[in-house]
Amino acid sequence: MGGLAHYLESGGIATTQISLVRLHTEITRPPRALWVSFELGRPFGPPNDADFQREVVLSALELLEAPSGPLIVDYPIDAPPSQGEVEGWACPISFETSPDETQSDHLLLSAEVSHLQPWFERSREARQRTTFGSSNLSLEQIVDLLAHSNADGMPDNPQPERPVADVIRDAAEDLKAFYFEAAAAQPGEASAAQMRSWFWNETYAAKLIRRLSETMSRSSDESMAFTGQALMVPRAEK
Amino acid sequence: MVRLADTPESLRFRLEELECHGYDTNPFVITPPLKQCRVAIISTAGLQQRGDQPFSWGSSDYRVISGDTPAADIVMSHVSSNFDRSGFQQDINVAFPIDRLRELAEQGTIESVADYHYAFMGATEPDAMAPTIERLIPLLKKDRVDAVLLAPV
Repeated sequence: MGGLAHYLESGGIATTQISLVRLHTEITRPPRALWVSFELGRPFGPPNDADFQREVVLSALELLEAPSGPLIVDYPIDAPPSQGEVEGWACPISFETSPDETQSDHLLLSAEVSHLQPWFERSREARQRTTFGSSNLSLEQIVDLLAHSNADGMPDNPQPERPVADVIRDAAEDLKAFYFEAAAAQPGEASAAQMRSWFWNETYAAKLIRRLSETMSRSSDESMAFTGQALMVPRAEK
Repeated sequence: MVRLADTPESLRFRLEELECHGYDTNPFVITPPLKQCRVAIISTAGLQQRGDQPFSWGSSDYRVISGDTPAADIVMSHVSSNFDRSGFQQDINVAFPIDRLRELAEQGTIESVADYHYAFMGATEPDAMAPTIERLIPLLKKDRVDAVLLAPV
């Protein structure tokens, strides 16, 4: 981020920025940076809190009035916890902890997705949007792709113009968006950590993605191996 | 609230080890007073309009987000799985504060919001993006942008 600021300013465009990792900002020394203590992924603070977000944006913009730089200013306020956050949040859909492993991946994943589908629809109605769809694949295509990629090989690439490793990664990310949005539709508000814990510890989808990640890691194809090692499963969940 | 010391150990090590370098110069462009500034957002969250080509590992190109794009048509294809997406799923302004900028323009705190905003995929080494940024600068100037709000993820 600091690098982008450097190149933009060199071209005559003023910048101000949010810093999430202060250590990096101290090294790159962009002209103006507002360091915030918020969770990675939430640079402007909590969702659905316009007043809080506006103050963060304004504080970053006000750095434009500083006469000289580089400067890093620490934002003094931490993000508040989610208002409706409940202890011991549990997703309304509980899946069998030990699904019948004799059933196919496709059957097990399809069943899980079907259970979540009505909740996903409630979420889409309530939010008037969904972040599902960045892969440009349908949910059916995603289930097919992830369920049929296994130790015996990868299935036909539904987007042959793109490397299959990229398509698998995008499919996995889209499937996660579907699960997270569906799970968030229940009453009560889960924290990001609770949502992650549910997905990575209690869903068959996560089990499948982990296994796929390991399979890809062993691939002789460099891009496939890297994607499996680094891009499928968060470091904290390995 | 998460500080580096509070992040999971595996991720913290990665962030601490991430190669990051400074620059020999410190360019610093002076802007007009804030209330006369036209502002654009450049995000490194791998945002794209629905239907755009998703970002890939190493992507140094950008996606254009028109200022009037409905939130429902903005999705994310950042390659990293190491950050929270549930906030963005609930409210686009968590990572792309377009509504907050519009409010500040309506209040007269800033002059206006740019017609076009841009998104990169932040896992790419910034120096690899330098040629793309060079091509972007004339477009920002044509859009009469005085300042860019850089939004990481």
